[in-house]
Amino acid sequence: MTCLPKEASPKRLGLVIDLDTCVGCHACATNCKEWNGGAMSAPLTDINAYQAEQRGVWFNRVFSYEAGGRDADARTVHFPKNCLHCETPACVTVCPTGASYKRAEDGIVLIDHDLCIGCKLCSWACPYGARELDEDVGVMKKCTLCVDKIYNTNLPEAERVPACVSTCPTQARHFGDFNDPDSSVSRLTRERGGFDLMAESGYRPTSKYLPPRPGKKAAAAQSMKPLPPAAPSTLGASPLLRWVDRVLSR
Amino acid sequence: MHPAYSVIFFTTASGAGYGLLALLAVFAGLGMAPTDSWFGFIGLGLATALFTGGLLSSTLHLGRPERAWRAFSQWRSSWLSREGVAAVVTYAPTLVLAIGWILLNRLDGPFAAAALVTVVMTIVTVGCTAMIYASLTPIQQWNNPWTLPVYLALAAHTGALLLVALTLAFAAFRPIYGELALALLVAACLVKFAYWRSVDGEAPRTTIKSATGLTKFSSVKLFEAPHTEANFIMREMGFQIARKHAQKLRAIATLLLFCAPAIGLIVILALTREAHVLALVVAVLAVVSAGVGVATERWLFFAEATHVSMIYYGGRP
Repeated sequence: MTCLPKEASPKRLGLVIDLDTCVGCHACATNCKEWNGGAMSAPLTDINAYQAEQRGVWFNRVFSYEAGGRDADARTVHFPKNCLHCETPACVTVCPTGASYKRAEDGIVLIDHDLCIGCKLCSWACPYGARELDEDVGVMKKCTLCVDKIYNTNLPEAERVPACVSTCPTQARHFGDFNDPDSSVSRLTRERGGFDLMAESGYRPTSKYLPPRPGKKAAAAQSMKPLPPAAPSTLGASPLLRWVDRVLSR
Repeated sequence: MHPAYSVIFFTTASGAGYGLLALLAVFAGLGMAPTDSWFGFIGLGLATALFTGGLLSSTLHLGRPERAWRAFSQWRSSWLSREGVAAVVTYAPTLVLAIGWILLNRLDGPFAAAALVTVVMTIVTVGCTAMIYASLTPIQQWNNPWTLPVYLALAAHTGALLLVALTLAFAAFRPIYGELALALLVAACLVKFAYWRSVDGEAPRTTIKSATGLTKFSSVKLFEAPHTEANFIMREMGFQIARKHAQKLRAIATLLLFCAPAIGLIVILALTREAHVLALVVAVLAVVSAGVGVATERWLFFAEATHVSMIYYGGRP
């Protein structure tokens, strides 16, 4: 049923992504592809994988933005993005077949690939661009929050986190239950001012982003004195005069 | 948004088909339609062929067309599903109307009632089609109060032109058909202009700053895309048409969809007393012109629409 669960789910699982520590290495995207290419969303088709005009399904995509222009605190912000498992996901309610659903128990938004007709309407309804068509299979695919990993009792408990989280070398990704005020994701959101992407969309994303911290450069720039003007160049002067200049400059 | 030809054909053909069906049913219900069996057969047949063809073509863009029947299940939440259900339900009163008109030459009593139900169902079906688009908040140009009136008005306008041509072909034309067609044309034109005015005047609801949440920086712009090749999102949502082309195509659509058929209708209304054949030729030309015009209009409806997710890729909202 594509109607949303009537009652708030007991758990609200999601991610916190730290824009301060992400270095844009794409490991999350790569490990996501690795896990999901073999799990319930398999195959995660790539077409023309080894030639021009490659196209294929990826659940994670890492953008890089230039923030601040020429200001003192200007920086490159690496920005990984995948499904945010919204509280009011219109991608679910527009689905005509019942393939899309939001789980009542933990709020994860999933697609039943056996029911999907590949009409693409859910991708139109997602403001975050988180749903993609698998051209080869003819159905829509999306981030599952590694539902087949986080509940997988065959794995050691420490590994039961989404692939993007376990692989992140800078720990820019955190996974947990937002309904638990003591979870790492709740604490980080509280302490670091976690925010919603495109809050005006009204989709109420579960996953949050942490803003970049004010840079040291920005603080240093306040106290920095301007450099003295450069000495007049002796380039172009005759070799004799340059030698005289060097001698006198000692 | 990428303009898929199957969807353009679907929305324009089914719009014209439902428009024609609604007008046939209106005049049948009022006792102002020719009760001739052949007219009923060709009229209802043409309308049914148009919206059935449109509905079938809409399944062509599916990744899994063989599962299309599943789309009838989620009418509680999905406008696409509601549209499918409404389209199927519409066949029932249309069939009753057809039985009365074609087999019994009767358009009174239960058949008039069937005509009334048919009119209501065509409006509901076209309305559901429009709401598929109008309900999508990530696409600002579709999530507009004028989207629904545009779909309804254009369905009525194109259907009315078909009715004029059809009644002329059966030598059953009455001036009221032409006058109504002209009134619907003017209404559709006004509504479409109001739509264009509205989408042109609206500021983008989202900026790259609110999309990324990097609101504290003086500027934010894309430095590097996630990959070197275009992905599904970029191909599906990133289709954009140059503004100058859009203006030209709007002019072409206006000319073909409204101006030319308006002149045609005026000529037809002036001609019908003397030259029937010439009026029919003009009516067919008006239908062809409006057909190309409405396809252009619908292509633009997609091509001019921008999806908010493209902001992440450095696109304009």
